[in-house]
Amino acid sequence: MNNYNKIFEKELLIKSVTDSLAEVREFTKSAANECGFPEETSGKIMLAVDEACTNIIKHAYKFSPEGNILITIKFKESKLVISITDEGMHFDPEKVPEPNLREYYKQKRVGGLGMYLIKKLMDEVNYSTLSGSKNQVVLVKYLSN
Amino acid sequence: MAEFNVNLRGVGPVSVIDVKGYLDAHTAPELENVFNKLLDDKQFKVVVNFNELKYISSAGLGVFMAYVETMRENSGDIKFSNMKENVYNIFDLLGFPILYEFFKEEKEAVNKFIS
Repeated sequence: MNNYNKIFEKELLIKSVTDSLAEVREFTKSAANECGFPEETSGKIMLAVDEACTNIIKHAYKFSPEGNILITIKFKESKLVISITDEGMHFDPEKVPEPNLREYYKQKRVGGLGMYLIKKLMDEVNYSTLSGSKNQVVLVKYLSN
Repeated sequence: MAEFNVNLRGVGPVSVIDVKGYLDAHTAPELENVFNKLLDDKQFKVVVNFNELKYISSAGLGVFMAYVETMRENSGDIKFSNMKENVYNIFDLLGFPILYEFFKEEKEAVNKFIS
């Protein structure tokens, strides 16, 4: 059995603190490498997951350190699916406009870049609300042959 | 815990910030502290040397966006040098090259202020 057919599943539960981001990156990168993604792509996936967790810590939990964030990584038939679930405040991605760097520069705005990066780095991004007031963002990356 | 170090040094009239390791939402406040110190000291000509920076997320990019206009309003700027390709690619994805100057070597960035 080669990497393309292998079924892979791992999860990591962290608290909503920025101190956890290094562990999130290590977990994500080693999982992506294990699934056969090249180093450069693993780096992109790692950054996307860092950005998603950072958004949850900042916006869903408003820096309250007691929140839970569950990261599940599954890989099957060349498709990597990363689900990130939290129990914080609901967040509507439709309300976050795509950043325009020139406008940001004028207004000294510094937020909103993370979601834009996630979209650029991943093949699919889907935000949803689950039962029990949970929020979930699902990030997908395909391993090209 | 993310490993990050920031060091500030003077090269003539220019302040050079060396960043090392991982710049993310956890470590970005350390870089903000350095920029706040520069503003307190009225030092507006800044070069950031990325030679030893391994990783940056949008929280790190946001720091440069938050301070660049103040530097420019005071006849200064924030210029970047010695950036590794993987780090540059993130700046590029977000369109930074239209608003910031990137240099291969620190000396070129410093000289741009002096000339």
